[in-house]
Amino acid sequence: MGEKILEVNQLKKYFTVGGGQVLLAVNDVSFSINKGETFGLVGESGCGKSTIGRTILGLYDKTDGEVLYDGNNIHSLTTKEKFQMYRRMQMIFQDPYASLNPRSTIKEVISEPMEVHGVYKNKQEKLDRVYQLLEEVGLNRDHANRYPHEFSGGQRQRIGIARALALNPDFIIADEPISALDVSVQAQVVNLLKDLQMDKGLTFLFIAHDLSMVKLISDRIGVMYLGNLVELTNSEELYDNPLHPYTKALLSAIPIPDPDIEETRERIILKGELPSPIHPPSGCVFRTRCPMAMEVCALKKPTWQEIEQDHYVACHLYDETIVNTEQARGLATKLN
Amino acid sequence: MDTILEVKNLHVTFSTYGGTIKAVRGVDFHLNKGETLAIVGESGCGKSVTSNAIMRLIPDPPGKITNGTIVFKDKDLTALPEKTMRSIRGVDISMIFQDPMTALNPTLTIGTQLMEGVRQHHRITSDQAKSKALEMMHLVGIPNPTERLKQYPHQFSGGMRQRIVIAMALICEPELLIADEPTTALDVTIQAQILELFDEIQEATGVSIILITHDLGVVAKIADRIAVMYAGKIIEVGTKREIFYDPQHPYTKGLLKSVPRLDVTGEKLVPIDGTPPDLFSPPKGCPFTARCPFAMEVCDKVYPVTTEQSDTHKVDCWLQDERAKQLLAASAIKQ
Repeated sequence: MGEKILEVNQLKKYFTVGGGQVLLAVNDVSFSINKGETFGLVGESGCGKSTIGRTILGLYDKTDGEVLYDGNNIHSLTTKEKFQMYRRMQMIFQDPYASLNPRSTIKEVISEPMEVHGVYKNKQEKLDRVYQLLEEVGLNRDHANRYPHEFSGGQRQRIGIARALALNPDFIIADEPISALDVSVQAQVVNLLKDLQMDKGLTFLFIAHDLSMVKLISDRIGVMYLGNLVELTNSEELYDNPLHPYTKALLSAIPIPDPDIEETRERIILKGELPSPIHPPSGCVFRTRCPMAMEVCALKKPTWQEIEQDHYVACHLYDETIVNTEQARGLATKLN
Repeated sequence: MDTILEVKNLHVTFSTYGGTIKAVRGVDFHLNKGETLAIVGESGCGKSVTSNAIMRLIPDPPGKITNGTIVFKDKDLTALPEKTMRSIRGVDISMIFQDPMTALNPTLTIGTQLMEGVRQHHRITSDQAKSKALEMMHLVGIPNPTERLKQYPHQFSGGMRQRIVIAMALICEPELLIADEPTTALDVTIQAQILELFDEIQEATGVSIILITHDLGVVAKIADRIAVMYAGKIIEVGTKREIFYDPQHPYTKGLLKSVPRLDVTGEKLVPIDGTPPDLFSPPKGCPFTARCPFAMEVCDKVYPVTTEQSDTHKVDCWLQDERAKQLLAASAIKQ
């Protein structure tokens, strides 16, 4: 694969909540994103996927670890350097209704980043760029003087994308960009993102909970559970050969729009609920719901290891010495 | 099969400053005893308004059922006085809403809220009501029901709250359950649990279900029949297999092609271009004309006649008309 554009090393982000308690939103996560690829980050609500996105951008301070963008540590940049860095990293938000100022025209919304960074010298140049961006995202120049309420959800998300593209960034974080949209419109926006990536060679970090959409758009996927990355590999491998019990359960829980398959397939139904990230379980965080949990899972946190090429997983089931001792112990208790 | 509910030519409008919204514009469907009918469609297509109309929960004003009948067990619900309707709601027909947090009162215990329903409608002692509540908690799979009965909604997780809402809906043993996007607010692993629960409940109680949803995957799992709604009309209805494997309406076909499938690799999504029409002034003809790749001149002018593909499969589309078929055949020969 190509060169790395972003590297996240042992990133931790804790939030202090009331009563001196600490919420472990992101706990020791490492991954890297290559230039020009789409990296998907999936997990259920509260797993820390959005926190990672925001910490990468520097919207949150990290607790520990480092985020390297093109070799520069984001959290140790000076304010001025950070400002320069933001020209190259942009974000698309989930809710297209909340992320556009209702009192600004579309022209103002899209040109704001350019004004902040002082990119264009005169008004005409700026206006031309706004028109160009609108056309790139499938709207037209007549839309420039309208207000956000005049647009549908899908169109608003296109405006959000145009704003993210305004400064010609290399790297875009898309945080659930399609989950607020209707299915037929979701496909429009996903195709638009794919086309833009082809044209401009953009790198995407695509954060979502909808695994079927993430699989379609991503080259590689990381699966998160309760602040931890549990598995990471390319998208076909993740579907064909999931290793972590949570990934397996997640894949089997997603309904497939095909009655014949839906009626015959075996489902792994997870018992129980997501534990609180304020008091996460000891050892492996998934052990309380894991159908394969062993004694060791409560005692020791599994290590992040590469099982096959480019296929990483954090699970004791793939550690031979541990599995062997567990089997011996199980046999011993049976004999007793 | 016995029909439990029959909706005929239902029209619902809402008056606003901007004019009158024609949210539901002539909907016909029926529901058989013990089956699950899914109503699918995009936001704003009128699927929730239809279900609220069955419960007579349309706020009047601004809303109004302007035409049509809703016949539930030989009674026309649109003509009943509010007092009679009250004795049907929650007893014969129950409803589950999308967001379990807003459906529960945060200041009352789960037990109080569960028992309120039965005691409202039946003359029973509080002990009887309590044992009924415990029985329901057990049915929907809540562990330690005796202790949990004394707790408040905030002490439960999203999935557990939805189970409680389901228990509340079922406590008077209704014959019809309307579930409006019951799993949309939940995570997929929890959604799988709740869908499993729906199956178990239907088996145990034989309740008929109307499921309102936009998720075709959920529909493939639990529906028997499917009605596809678009711009206030049901444009296609059929059994689950007819809709998934032999869709006839261009909108249904488009909808099925625009959803990604986890089990297929390398597919290209085919979106439906454009957006649904404005329901302040809905088009006279077929509402899908502007987005339809097969639109003909007639589509814009006259609403299509319903054609029957089979006893269960009905479509509203001019492409099904004999004349359109001849026209298409003729143009194929020319080419």
